[in-house]
Amino acid sequence: METLFFLIISLVAIVSAILVITCKNPINSALALIMTFFCLATYYVMLDAPFMAAVQVMVYAGAIMVLMVFTIMLLNIRVNATRQQSHKVLFSIILGFFTLINTLVIIFKSRAALPTGPYSGDMIKNIGHTELIGKEMFTNFLLPFEITSILLLAAIVGAVILAKKKI
Amino acid sequence: MGMEILGLPMMYYIAMVAKVLVAFVFVLLTVAYATYAERKIIGHMQVRLGPMRTGWHGLLQPIADGVKLFFKEEIVPSQASTFAFLVAPLIALIPAFITFAVIPFGGVIEIAGYKIPLQIAAYYDTAAGQVFDVNVGVLYILAMSSLGVYGIVLAGWASNSKYSLMGGLRASAQMISYELAAGLSIIAVFMLSGTLSLNKIVELQSGMGGFAWYAFKQPLAFFMFFVCSLAEINRTPFDLPEAETELVSGFCTEYSSMKYAMFFMAEYANMVTVCALTATLFLGGWNGPLTSMMPLLGPVYFVAKVYFLMFVCMWIRATLPRYRYDQLMHLGWKVFIPLALLNIVVTGIIGYFI
Repeated sequence: METLFFLIISLVAIVSAILVITCKNPINSALALIMTFFCLATYYVMLDAPFMAAVQVMVYAGAIMVLMVFTIMLLNIRVNATRQQSHKVLFSIILGFFTLINTLVIIFKSRAALPTGPYSGDMIKNIGHTELIGKEMFTNFLLPFEITSILLLAAIVGAVILAKKKI
Repeated sequence: MGMEILGLPMMYYIAMVAKVLVAFVFVLLTVAYATYAERKIIGHMQVRLGPMRTGWHGLLQPIADGVKLFFKEEIVPSQASTFAFLVAPLIALIPAFITFAVIPFGGVIEIAGYKIPLQIAAYYDTAAGQVFDVNVGVLYILAMSSLGVYGIVLAGWASNSKYSLMGGLRASAQMISYELAAGLSIIAVFMLSGTLSLNKIVELQSGMGGFAWYAFKQPLAFFMFFVCSLAEINRTPFDLPEAETELVSGFCTEYSSMKYAMFFMAEYANMVTVCALTATLFLGGWNGPLTSMMPLLGPVYFVAKVYFLMFVCMWIRATLPRYRYDQLMHLGWKVFIPLALLNIVVTGIIGYFI
Protein backbone atom coordinates (compact mmCIF):
# COMPACT_ATOMS: atom_id res chain seq x y z
CA MET A 1 0.00 0.00 0.00
CA GLU A 2 2.66 2.47 1.06
CA THR A 3 4.94 1.47 -1.82
CA LEU A 4 2.13 2.01 -4.32
CA PHE A 5 1.39 5.41 -2.80
CA PHE A 6 5.10 6.26 -2.89
CA LEU A 7 5.30 5.35 -6.58
CA ILE A 8 2.28 7.49 -7.48
CA ILE A 9 3.62 10.50 -5.56
CA SER A 10 7.08 10.00 -7.09
CA LEU A 11 5.58 9.98 -10.57
CA VAL A 12 3.77 13.25 -9.87
CA ALA A 13 6.92 14.75 -8.30
CA ILE A 14 9.12 13.84 -11.26
CA VAL A 15 6.61 14.95 -13.90
CA SER A 16 6.07 18.29 -12.17
CA ALA A 17 9.83 18.73 -11.68
CA ILE A 18 10.31 18.24 -15.42
CA LEU A 19 7.47 20.69 -16.11
CA VAL A 20 9.28 23.32 -14.00
CA ILE A 21 12.08 23.50 -16.55
CA THR A 22 10.07 22.85 -19.72
CA CYS A 23 7.11 25.21 -19.27
CA LYS A 24 7.30 28.28 -21.52
CA ASN A 25 5.31 30.47 -19.16
CA PRO A 26 7.18 31.31 -15.91
CA ILE A 27 3.94 31.28 -13.89
CA ASN A 28 3.20 27.73 -15.00
CA SER A 29 6.75 26.77 -14.00
CA ALA A 30 6.12 28.25 -10.58
CA LEU A 31 2.89 26.26 -10.27
CA ALA A 32 4.74 23.07 -11.18
CA LEU A 33 7.37 23.87 -8.55
CA ILE A 34 4.63 24.26 -5.93
CA MET A 35 3.35 20.82 -6.94
CA THR A 36 6.86 19.39 -6.46
CA PHE A 37 7.12 20.94 -3.00
CA PHE A 38 3.78 19.44 -2.15
CA CYS A 39 5.00 15.98 -3.16
CA LEU A 40 8.10 16.46 -1.00
CA ALA A 41 5.79 17.23 1.92
CA THR A 42 4.05 13.88 1.36
CA TYR A 43 7.45 12.16 1.57
CA TYR A 44 8.00 13.78 4.97
CA VAL A 45 4.66 12.41 6.14
CA MET A 46 5.69 8.93 5.00
CA LEU A 47 8.98 9.34 6.90
CA ASP A 48 7.08 9.96 10.18
CA ALA A 49 7.91 13.66 10.17
CA PRO A 50 4.51 15.43 10.04
CA PHE A 51 5.87 18.70 11.43
CA MET A 52 8.41 18.92 8.62
CA ALA A 53 5.64 18.26 6.11
CA ALA A 54 3.46 21.05 7.47
CA VAL A 55 6.40 23.45 7.55
CA GLN A 56 7.41 22.43 4.03
CA VAL A 57 3.96 23.36 2.71
CA MET A 58 3.68 26.51 4.82
CA VAL A 59 7.13 27.93 4.21
CA TYR A 60 8.10 26.71 0.76
CA ALA A 61 4.79 26.24 -1.04
CA GLY A 62 2.97 28.91 0.98
CA ALA A 63 5.40 31.75 1.63
CA ILE A 64 8.46 31.56 -0.61
CA MET A 65 6.55 30.60 -3.74
CA VAL A 66 3.98 33.37 -3.18
CA LEU A 67 6.93 35.76 -3.23
CA MET A 68 8.22 34.16 -6.45
CA VAL A 69 4.80 34.33 -8.11
CA PHE A 70 4.49 37.98 -7.10
CA THR A 71 7.91 38.78 -8.52
CA ILE A 72 7.11 37.06 -11.80
CA MET A 73 3.74 38.81 -12.08
CA LEU A 74 4.95 42.28 -11.22
CA LEU A 75 8.08 42.11 -13.36
CA ASN A 76 5.81 40.84 -16.12
CA ILE A 77 8.34 38.58 -17.84
CA ARG A 78 7.12 37.98 -21.36
CA VAL A 79 6.90 34.48 -22.78
CA ASN A 80 9.80 33.61 -25.12
CA ALA A 81 11.58 36.77 -24.06
CA THR A 82 14.77 34.87 -23.30
CA ARG A 83 16.93 33.68 -26.14
CA GLN A 84 17.99 30.05 -26.44
CA GLN A 85 21.57 29.84 -25.22
CA SER A 86 23.46 26.81 -26.41
CA HIS A 87 26.74 27.20 -24.51
CA LYS A 88 24.94 26.42 -21.26
CA VAL A 89 23.85 23.00 -22.54
CA LEU A 90 27.32 21.41 -22.38
CA PHE A 91 27.86 22.68 -18.84
CA SER A 92 24.46 21.33 -17.80
CA ILE A 93 25.22 17.93 -19.33
CA ILE A 94 28.50 17.67 -17.42
CA LEU A 95 26.86 18.78 -14.19
CA GLY A 96 23.97 16.36 -14.68
CA PHE A 97 26.37 13.51 -15.41
CA PHE A 98 28.30 14.04 -12.18
CA THR A 99 25.08 14.36 -10.19
CA LEU A 100 23.91 11.05 -11.68
CA ILE A 101 27.18 9.31 -10.70
CA ASN A 102 26.94 10.80 -7.22
CA THR A 103 23.35 9.57 -6.82
CA LEU A 104 24.20 6.09 -8.07
CA VAL A 105 27.13 5.83 -5.66
CA ILE A 106 24.90 6.86 -2.77
CA ILE A 107 22.19 4.36 -3.78
CA PHE A 108 24.47 1.35 -4.25
CA LYS A 109 27.24 1.97 -1.72
CA SER A 110 25.41 3.25 1.34
CA ARG A 111 23.09 1.42 3.69
CA ALA A 112 19.47 2.35 3.20
CA ALA A 113 18.05 1.27 6.54
CA LEU A 114 15.72 2.73 9.12
CA PRO A 115 17.47 5.41 11.14
CA THR A 116 18.69 4.21 14.51
CA GLY A 117 18.73 6.44 17.55
CA PRO A 118 16.52 7.52 20.43
CA TYR A 119 13.73 8.85 18.20
CA SER A 120 11.74 5.94 16.79
CA GLY A 121 8.49 6.06 14.84
CA ASP A 122 6.49 4.92 17.86
CA MET A 123 7.96 7.65 20.04
CA ILE A 124 7.04 10.30 17.46
CA LYS A 125 3.53 8.87 17.31
CA ASN A 126 3.09 8.92 21.08
CA ILE A 127 4.80 12.17 22.06
CA GLY A 128 4.41 14.14 18.86
CA HIS A 129 6.91 15.37 16.32
CA THR A 130 6.42 19.06 17.11
CA GLU A 131 6.99 18.50 20.83
CA LEU A 132 10.23 16.58 20.21
CA ILE A 133 11.60 19.20 17.83
CA GLY A 134 10.63 22.00 20.21
CA LYS A 135 12.32 20.34 23.15
CA GLU A 136 15.55 19.77 21.23
CA MET A 137 15.49 23.25 19.77
CA PHE A 138 15.19 25.00 23.12
CA THR A 139 17.64 22.80 25.04
CA ASN A 140 20.48 21.28 23.02
CA PHE A 141 20.28 23.62 20.05
CA LEU A 142 19.47 26.85 21.87
CA LEU A 143 22.56 28.75 20.73
CA PRO A 144 22.13 28.04 16.98
CA PHE A 145 18.46 28.91 17.37
CA GLU A 146 19.26 32.27 18.95
CA ILE A 147 21.93 33.04 16.35
CA THR A 148 19.45 32.28 13.56
CA SER A 149 16.86 34.57 15.08
CA ILE A 150 19.39 37.42 15.33
CA LEU A 151 20.29 36.83 11.69
CA LEU A 152 16.62 36.98 10.67
CA LEU A 153 16.11 40.15 12.72
CA ALA A 154 19.06 41.76 10.95
CA ALA A 155 17.56 40.73 7.60
CA ILE A 156 14.17 42.26 8.50
CA VAL A 157 15.79 45.53 9.61
CA GLY A 158 17.86 45.55 6.43
CA ALA A 159 14.76 45.04 4.29
CA VAL A 160 12.97 47.93 6.00
CA ILE A 161 15.98 50.24 5.53
CA LEU A 162 16.34 49.30 1.88
CA ALA A 163 12.64 49.72 1.15
CA LYS A 164 12.10 53.02 2.96
CA LYS A 165 13.75 56.14 1.64
CA LYS A 166 13.23 58.16 4.80
CA ILE A 167 13.19 56.56 8.21
CA MET B 1 -14.76 -8.44 10.43
CA GLY B 2 -12.75 -11.44 9.42
CA MET B 3 -11.54 -10.02 6.13
CA GLU B 4 -8.33 -8.08 6.12
CA ILE B 5 -6.82 -6.04 3.30
CA LEU B 6 -3.14 -5.11 3.54
CA GLY B 7 -3.05 -5.66 7.29
CA LEU B 8 -6.08 -3.55 8.13
CA PRO B 9 -9.61 -4.82 8.82
CA MET B 10 -12.31 -4.34 6.21
CA MET B 11 -14.26 -2.09 8.58
CA TYR B 12 -11.38 0.39 8.52
CA TYR B 13 -11.83 1.03 4.82
CA ILE B 14 -15.62 1.12 4.99
CA ALA B 15 -15.49 3.59 7.89
CA MET B 16 -12.94 5.82 6.10
CA VAL B 17 -14.95 6.01 2.87
CA ALA B 18 -18.17 6.60 4.80
CA LYS B 19 -16.62 9.38 6.89
CA VAL B 20 -15.16 11.13 3.83
CA LEU B 21 -18.45 10.91 1.93
CA VAL B 22 -20.59 12.09 4.83
CA ALA B 23 -18.31 15.03 5.64
CA PHE B 24 -17.98 16.05 1.98
CA VAL B 25 -21.69 15.89 1.21
CA PHE B 26 -22.48 17.68 4.44
CA VAL B 27 -20.08 20.53 3.67
CA LEU B 28 -21.40 20.83 0.10
CA LEU B 29 -24.99 21.03 1.33
CA THR B 30 -24.01 23.54 4.00
CA VAL B 31 -22.24 25.66 1.38
CA ALA B 32 -25.30 25.57 -0.88
CA TYR B 33 -27.72 26.50 1.87
CA ALA B 34 -25.35 29.04 3.46
CA THR B 35 -25.93 31.26 0.42
CA TYR B 36 -29.68 30.95 0.95
CA ALA B 37 -29.38 31.51 4.70
CA GLU B 38 -27.21 34.56 4.17
CA ARG B 39 -29.69 36.20 1.80
CA LYS B 40 -32.60 35.31 4.06
CA ILE B 41 -30.95 36.47 7.31
CA ILE B 42 -29.61 39.72 5.87
CA GLY B 43 -33.01 40.27 4.25
CA HIS B 44 -34.84 39.97 7.53
CA MET B 45 -32.26 42.11 9.34
CA GLN B 46 -32.87 44.84 6.78
CA VAL B 47 -36.67 44.37 7.01
CA ARG B 48 -36.92 42.66 3.62
CA LEU B 49 -38.11 39.14 2.89
CA GLY B 50 -35.17 37.76 0.94
CA PRO B 51 -35.77 35.09 -1.73
CA MET B 52 -39.44 33.99 -1.64
CA ARG B 53 -40.44 32.76 -5.10
CA THR B 54 -38.54 29.48 -5.68
CA GLY B 55 -40.23 26.85 -3.56
CA TRP B 56 -41.68 27.37 -0.08
CA HIS B 57 -40.11 30.59 1.28
CA GLY B 58 -37.50 30.33 -1.45
CA LEU B 59 -36.09 27.02 -0.21
CA LEU B 60 -35.18 25.84 -3.73
CA GLN B 61 -33.22 29.02 -4.45
CA PRO B 62 -29.70 27.43 -4.15
CA ILE B 63 -30.68 24.71 -6.63
CA ALA B 64 -32.07 27.30 -9.05
CA ASP B 65 -28.87 29.34 -8.70
CA GLY B 66 -26.74 26.26 -9.32
CA VAL B 67 -28.69 25.31 -12.44
CA LYS B 68 -28.50 28.88 -13.72
CA LEU B 69 -24.73 29.10 -13.23
CA PHE B 70 -24.26 25.69 -14.79
CA PHE B 71 -25.98 26.67 -18.04
CA LYS B 72 -24.33 30.05 -18.40
CA GLU B 73 -21.86 30.63 -21.21
CA GLU B 74 -18.24 29.80 -20.46
CA ILE B 75 -16.08 32.77 -21.38
CA VAL B 76 -12.29 32.68 -21.38
CA PRO B 77 -10.86 36.12 -22.24
CA SER B 78 -8.78 35.92 -25.43
CA GLN B 79 -5.76 37.60 -23.81
CA ALA B 80 -5.85 35.46 -20.66
CA SER B 81 -3.19 32.87 -19.83
CA THR B 82 -5.42 29.87 -20.33
CA PHE B 83 -3.85 27.29 -18.02
CA ALA B 84 -3.62 29.56 -14.99
CA PHE B 85 -7.10 30.91 -15.73
CA LEU B 86 -8.61 27.43 -15.75
CA VAL B 87 -6.70 26.07 -12.77
CA ALA B 88 -7.23 29.06 -10.43
CA PRO B 89 -10.80 28.20 -9.32
CA LEU B 90 -9.67 24.65 -8.55
CA ILE B 91 -6.76 25.88 -6.44
CA ALA B 92 -9.15 28.14 -4.56
CA LEU B 93 -11.71 25.40 -3.94
CA ILE B 94 -9.65 22.31 -3.06
CA PRO B 95 -7.78 23.63 0.03
CA ALA B 96 -11.11 24.85 1.39
CA PHE B 97 -12.50 21.32 1.31
CA ILE B 98 -9.51 19.20 2.32
CA THR B 99 -9.03 21.03 5.62
CA PHE B 100 -12.03 19.06 6.91
CA ALA B 101 -9.85 15.96 7.00
CA VAL B 102 -8.44 16.86 10.42
CA ILE B 103 -11.40 18.50 12.14
CA PRO B 104 -13.00 16.16 14.71
CA PHE B 105 -16.79 16.30 14.48
CA GLY B 106 -17.65 13.75 17.14
CA GLY B 107 -16.35 11.29 19.71
CA VAL B 108 -15.70 7.59 19.22
CA ILE B 109 -18.69 5.55 18.07
CA GLU B 110 -18.87 1.76 18.05
CA ILE B 111 -20.39 -0.11 15.11
CA ALA B 112 -20.45 -3.92 15.30
CA GLY B 113 -17.61 -4.00 17.82
CA TYR B 114 -15.35 -1.76 15.74
CA LYS B 115 -14.56 1.65 17.22
CA ILE B 116 -14.63 4.57 14.81
CA PRO B 117 -13.47 8.06 15.79
CA LEU B 118 -15.59 10.73 14.07
CA GLN B 119 -12.66 12.52 12.47
CA ILE B 120 -11.53 11.66 8.95
CA ALA B 121 -7.77 11.50 9.47
CA ALA B 122 -7.86 9.39 12.65
CA TYR B 123 -8.04 5.77 13.71
CA TYR B 124 -8.65 3.90 16.95
CA ASP B 125 -5.70 1.84 18.11
CA THR B 126 -7.17 -1.13 20.00
CA ALA B 127 -3.79 -2.14 21.46
CA ALA B 128 -3.10 1.31 22.91
CA GLY B 129 -6.79 1.96 23.63
CA GLN B 130 -6.76 5.51 22.33
CA VAL B 131 -7.41 7.55 19.20
CA PHE B 132 -4.48 8.59 17.02
CA ASP B 133 -4.96 11.51 14.67
CA VAL B 134 -2.66 13.80 12.69
CA ASN B 135 -0.62 15.25 15.52
CA VAL B 136 0.04 18.49 13.64
CA GLY B 137 -3.65 19.07 12.86
CA VAL B 138 -3.67 22.82 13.27
CA LEU B 139 -0.45 23.30 11.31
CA TYR B 140 -2.03 21.28 8.51
CA ILE B 141 -4.99 23.66 8.42
CA LEU B 142 -2.71 26.72 8.43
CA ALA B 143 -0.63 25.18 5.63
CA MET B 144 -3.71 24.50 3.51
CA SER B 145 -5.10 27.97 4.05
CA SER B 146 -1.78 29.41 2.90
CA LEU B 147 -2.27 27.53 -0.38
CA GLY B 148 -5.67 29.15 -0.92
CA VAL B 149 -3.89 32.42 -1.75
CA TYR B 150 -2.69 31.02 -5.07
CA GLY B 151 -6.21 30.59 -6.42
CA ILE B 152 -6.97 34.25 -5.96
CA VAL B 153 -3.57 35.60 -7.08
CA LEU B 154 -3.64 33.46 -10.22
CA ALA B 155 -7.24 34.39 -10.98
CA GLY B 156 -6.32 38.05 -10.72
CA TRP B 157 -3.23 37.75 -12.84
CA ALA B 158 -4.45 35.30 -15.48
CA SER B 159 -7.58 37.31 -16.34
CA ASN B 160 -5.32 40.01 -17.81
CA SER B 161 -7.58 42.77 -16.59
CA LYS B 162 -6.64 45.71 -14.38
CA TYR B 163 -9.56 45.26 -11.96
CA SER B 164 -8.80 41.59 -11.54
CA LEU B 165 -5.10 42.21 -10.95
CA MET B 166 -5.82 44.88 -8.35
CA GLY B 167 -8.32 42.60 -6.62
CA GLY B 168 -5.89 39.69 -6.67
CA LEU B 169 -3.04 41.75 -5.27
CA ARG B 170 -5.21 43.21 -2.53
CA ALA B 171 -6.53 39.79 -1.62
CA SER B 172 -3.11 38.21 -1.40
CA ALA B 173 -1.60 41.05 0.66
CA GLN B 174 -4.56 40.85 3.01
CA MET B 175 -4.50 37.07 3.30
CA ILE B 176 -0.76 36.92 3.97
CA SER B 177 -0.91 39.66 6.64
CA TYR B 178 -3.86 38.19 8.48
CA GLU B 179 -2.63 34.62 8.21
CA LEU B 180 0.27 35.74 10.38
CA ALA B 181 -1.97 37.37 12.98
CA ALA B 182 -4.35 34.38 13.07
CA GLY B 183 -1.43 31.96 13.43
CA LEU B 184 0.11 33.99 16.26
CA SER B 185 -3.18 34.35 18.12
CA ILE B 186 -3.75 30.58 18.40
CA ILE B 187 -0.25 29.95 19.78
CA ALA B 188 -1.68 30.99 23.16
CA VAL B 189 -4.12 28.06 22.87
CA PHE B 190 -1.31 25.59 22.20
CA MET B 191 0.54 26.93 25.23
CA LEU B 192 -2.44 25.85 27.34
CA SER B 193 -3.09 22.54 25.57
CA GLY B 194 0.51 21.44 25.02
CA THR B 195 -0.47 19.64 21.82
CA LEU B 196 -1.31 20.43 18.21
CA SER B 197 -3.63 17.48 17.74
CA LEU B 198 -7.19 18.75 17.37
CA ASN B 199 -8.63 15.61 18.93
CA LYS B 200 -6.70 16.19 22.17
CA ILE B 201 -7.51 19.90 22.18
CA VAL B 202 -11.21 19.00 22.10
CA GLU B 203 -10.76 16.42 24.89
CA LEU B 204 -9.04 19.01 27.08
CA GLN B 205 -12.04 21.28 26.79
CA SER B 206 -14.56 18.77 28.11
CA GLY B 207 -16.29 18.98 31.47
CA MET B 208 -16.87 21.88 33.88
CA GLY B 209 -20.21 22.65 32.25
CA GLY B 210 -18.61 24.40 29.28
CA PHE B 211 -16.30 26.61 31.34
CA ALA B 212 -13.27 24.59 30.27
CA TRP B 213 -13.63 26.03 26.77
CA TYR B 214 -10.62 27.99 25.63
CA ALA B 215 -12.92 30.86 24.72
CA PHE B 216 -13.15 31.55 28.48
CA LYS B 217 -9.45 31.03 29.20
CA GLN B 218 -8.27 32.92 26.13
CA PRO B 219 -10.98 35.47 25.29
CA LEU B 220 -8.55 37.79 23.51
CA ALA B 221 -7.14 34.97 21.38
CA PHE B 222 -10.70 33.85 20.54
CA PHE B 223 -11.71 37.32 19.40
CA MET B 224 -8.51 37.92 17.44
CA PHE B 225 -8.58 34.55 15.75
CA PHE B 226 -12.17 34.94 14.64
CA VAL B 227 -11.64 38.47 13.29
CA CYS B 228 -8.36 37.60 11.58
CA SER B 229 -9.97 34.55 10.01
CA LEU B 230 -12.78 36.71 8.66
CA ALA B 231 -10.14 38.92 7.10
CA GLU B 232 -8.22 35.94 5.77
CA ILE B 233 -11.24 34.53 3.95
CA ASN B 234 -12.20 37.99 2.62
CA ARG B 235 -15.54 38.23 4.40
CA THR B 236 -17.21 41.52 5.26
CA PRO B 237 -16.05 43.91 6.78
CA PHE B 238 -12.79 42.93 5.09
CA ASP B 239 -14.10 42.09 1.60
CA LEU B 240 -11.89 44.64 -0.14
CA PRO B 241 -10.72 42.25 -2.88
CA GLU B 242 -14.20 42.32 -4.36
CA ALA B 243 -15.20 45.85 -3.43
CA GLU B 244 -17.67 46.44 -6.25
CA THR B 245 -17.64 50.22 -5.87
CA GLU B 246 -13.94 50.33 -6.76
CA LEU B 247 -13.02 47.10 -8.48
CA VAL B 248 -16.16 45.86 -10.32
CA SER B 249 -15.96 42.36 -8.83
CA GLY B 250 -12.26 42.08 -7.99
CA PHE B 251 -10.38 38.94 -8.93
CA CYS B 252 -13.45 37.17 -10.34
CA THR B 253 -14.47 39.98 -12.73
CA GLU B 254 -13.61 37.99 -15.86
CA TYR B 255 -15.01 34.68 -14.65
CA SER B 256 -18.36 33.28 -15.68
CA SER B 257 -20.48 30.16 -15.35
CA MET B 258 -19.23 27.27 -13.18
CA LYS B 259 -15.79 28.79 -12.71
CA TYR B 260 -17.37 31.79 -11.03
CA ALA B 261 -19.54 29.44 -8.99
CA MET B 262 -16.41 27.65 -7.81
CA PHE B 263 -14.97 30.87 -6.37
CA PHE B 264 -18.29 31.46 -4.70
CA MET B 265 -18.29 27.95 -3.27
CA ALA B 266 -14.69 28.38 -2.11
CA GLU B 267 -15.65 31.51 -0.21
CA TYR B 268 -18.47 29.76 1.62
CA ALA B 269 -16.50 26.56 2.17
CA ASN B 270 -13.75 28.69 3.71
CA MET B 271 -16.34 30.23 5.98
CA VAL B 272 -17.49 26.78 7.10
CA THR B 273 -13.87 25.74 7.70
CA VAL B 274 -13.05 28.81 9.74
CA CYS B 275 -16.20 28.43 11.83
CA ALA B 276 -15.49 24.72 12.36
CA LEU B 277 -11.91 25.48 13.41
CA THR B 278 -12.99 28.25 15.76
CA ALA B 279 -15.60 25.94 17.31
CA THR B 280 -12.96 23.21 17.72
CA LEU B 281 -10.25 25.40 19.19
CA PHE B 282 -12.30 27.70 21.37
CA LEU B 283 -15.85 26.44 21.83
CA GLY B 284 -15.14 22.88 22.91
CA GLY B 285 -15.66 21.19 19.54
CA TRP B 286 -18.21 18.41 19.83
CA ASN B 287 -18.36 18.57 23.63
CA GLY B 288 -21.73 19.02 25.26
CA PRO B 289 -24.03 17.47 27.83
CA LEU B 290 -24.68 13.70 27.67
CA THR B 291 -22.11 12.98 24.91
CA SER B 292 -20.57 10.16 26.95
CA MET B 293 -23.92 8.31 27.03
CA MET B 294 -24.97 9.07 23.46
CA PRO B 295 -21.91 9.58 21.24
CA LEU B 296 -24.10 10.54 18.29
CA LEU B 297 -25.00 13.77 20.09
CA GLY B 298 -21.40 14.96 19.49
CA PRO B 299 -21.87 15.82 15.80
CA VAL B 300 -25.16 17.55 16.66
CA TYR B 301 -23.46 19.89 19.15
CA PHE B 302 -20.59 20.47 16.76
CA VAL B 303 -22.88 21.41 13.88
CA ALA B 304 -24.92 23.66 16.17
CA LYS B 305 -21.76 25.54 17.21
CA VAL B 306 -20.56 25.86 13.61
CA TYR B 307 -23.95 27.14 12.46
CA PHE B 308 -24.06 29.65 15.29
CA LEU B 309 -20.65 31.04 14.27
CA MET B 310 -21.77 31.19 10.64
CA PHE B 311 -24.82 33.13 11.76
CA VAL B 312 -22.46 35.56 13.52
CA CYS B 313 -20.51 35.98 10.26
CA MET B 314 -23.71 36.86 8.42
CA TRP B 315 -24.79 39.16 11.23
CA ILE B 316 -21.47 41.01 10.94
CA ARG B 317 -22.01 41.31 7.21
CA ALA B 318 -25.42 42.87 7.72
CA THR B 319 -24.11 45.28 10.35
CA LEU B 320 -20.65 46.61 9.53
CA PRO B 321 -19.47 48.74 6.60
CA ARG B 322 -16.33 47.84 4.66
CA TYR B 323 -12.89 48.89 5.93
CA ARG B 324 -10.60 51.16 3.97
CA TYR B 325 -7.44 49.52 2.67
CA ASP B 326 -4.93 51.44 4.82
CA GLN B 327 -7.11 50.90 7.91
CA LEU B 328 -7.12 47.19 7.18
CA MET B 329 -3.32 46.98 6.97
CA HIS B 330 -2.96 49.17 10.05
CA LEU B 331 -5.31 46.91 12.00
CA GLY B 332 -3.50 43.76 10.93
CA TRP B 333 0.11 44.76 11.41
CA LYS B 334 -0.02 47.39 14.14
CA VAL B 335 -2.88 46.16 16.31
CA PHE B 336 -3.47 42.42 15.96
CA ILE B 337 0.12 41.16 15.65
CA PRO B 338 1.43 43.11 18.70
CA LEU B 339 -1.67 42.11 20.69
CA ALA B 340 -1.16 38.45 19.75
CA LEU B 341 2.50 38.62 20.81
CA LEU B 342 1.53 40.28 24.08
CA ASN B 343 -1.07 37.57 24.65
CA ILE B 344 1.62 34.91 24.19
CA VAL B 345 3.91 36.62 26.71
CA VAL B 346 1.12 37.04 29.28
CA THR B 347 -0.01 33.43 28.85
CA GLY B 348 3.60 32.31 29.29
CA ILE B 349 4.08 34.32 32.49
CA ILE B 350 0.79 33.15 34.01
CA GLY B 351 1.49 29.57 32.96
CA TYR B 352 4.92 29.74 34.59
CA PHE B 353 3.60 30.84 37.97
CA ILE B 354 0.52 28.60 38.16
